Amino acid sequence: MRIALDINGRSIEAEVEAATLLVAFLREHMGLTGTHVGCDSGQCGACTIHLDGRAVKACLVLAVQADGRRVTTIEGVAAPDGALHPLQEAFRDHHALQCGFCTPGMVMTGLDLAETLETPDEWAIRAGLSGTLCRCTGYTPIVEAIADAVAARRERKA
Amino acid sequence: MTPFAYHRPATVAEAVLLRWREPASAFLAGGQTLIGTLTAGGAHPSALIDVARIPDLAGIRDEGGRLVVGAAATHATIARDAGSLPGLAALARVIGDLQIRNMGTLGGSLANNDPAGEHAAAALGLGADIRTDRRTLPADSFFTGPFRTALDPDELVVAIAYPRPRRAGYAKMRDPASGYPVVGVFAAETADGPRVAVIGAGPRPFRLPAFERALAAGFGPDALAGLTVSAQGLRDSLHASAQYRAHLIAVLARRAVAAAK
Repeated sequence: MRIALDINGRSIEAEVEAATLLVAFLREHMGLTGTHVGCDSGQCGACTIHLDGRAVKACLVLAVQADGRRVTTIEGVAAPDGALHPLQEAFRDHHALQCGFCTPGMVMTGLDLAETLETPDEWAIRAGLSGTLCRCTGYTPIVEAIADAVAARRERKA
Repeated sequence: MTPFAYHRPATVAEAVLLRWREPASAFLAGGQTLIGTLTAGGAHPSALIDVARIPDLAGIRDEGGRLVVGAAATHATIARDAGSLPGLAALARVIGDLQIRNMGTLGGSLANNDPAGEHAAAALGLGADIRTDRRTLPADSFFTGPFRTALDPDELVVAIAYPRPRRAGYAKMRDPASGYPVVGVFAAETADGPRVAVIGAGPRPFRLPAFERALAAGFGPDALAGLTVSAQGLRDSLHASAQYRAHLIAVLARRAVAAAK
């Protein structure tokens, strides 16, 4: 089936099988390997991307479901000149990664939380991360980095 | 994954016709259960009929004394936009996880009828009507067994009409590993009296008539003091014994009543 979608600001047209998962399309057809495959069963959140601006698990979405929609992957988060997004800066400042495998999914989940949470409450952030697992269990700095981003957004709005 | 065809009909009538013509096909809404099942080799449909973008299945609106929610509304949309029915919004806010709530739909949850599916608690607890392409089914007769409903194979859920309660609340015990509810209880004070609905504990969602009678005397957690539930017929699994589930039902019923808004 022919699909047309926006990926990281680029208009893409491609031919895909109906049974192609969005995560496979992104990694194998588009070469966007920053989106990781952890469990392939919707548990771990390593494949989290944004569909029309909201975090979803790309292993639980078919590529054909993204037809006509806007996809953002970790490759589309930094500015085109390479300047990091403030949440990526916060991850670096807080050392919010160990092995790095979960990091793309954590950043994409954190970006959704930074937009939608009312307050940088630790337990709201932890609940928001319940579908994104860090096997190094390094949650504390991840939560702190996202709290910074939530607080920064609130300041911008104030 | 076994190959399948993919259709994205524009209307309810077209979707139902496609499903009827192809008996081995399946409806696809958010896919948050179905796609994982396909990946695991647990289902082999000949075609998926994507109903997520059909306009008649979208949106949340007021209709007299009812809140009518389109079947394709996601849990996140309900959590955000169903503020005028706080018990329903509170339930939607704690389903699954952030990513699942952004994609999973109300109609998909009800039609799948996983015994731990949480939307069933509000539908049954509020006495909602499930509107399909061909009729209206009361929630009381919709959930017929585990992963079974009163829907015909080619019948499509279009919207859910929730009568507005005086107040309603939801409480659950989440399995710490899977995030699935071990038990969830929805309690509502409705125009027709109190209703208490349970998910996760039995082969299908069910009500608690004894608890409802007790709440008729006064809708507060104290009215449920001392009431217990028999473990007979409850689910017994590695996550929780039937006895523990029976205990949780009584505790969570009091919490749901206390949380009611």
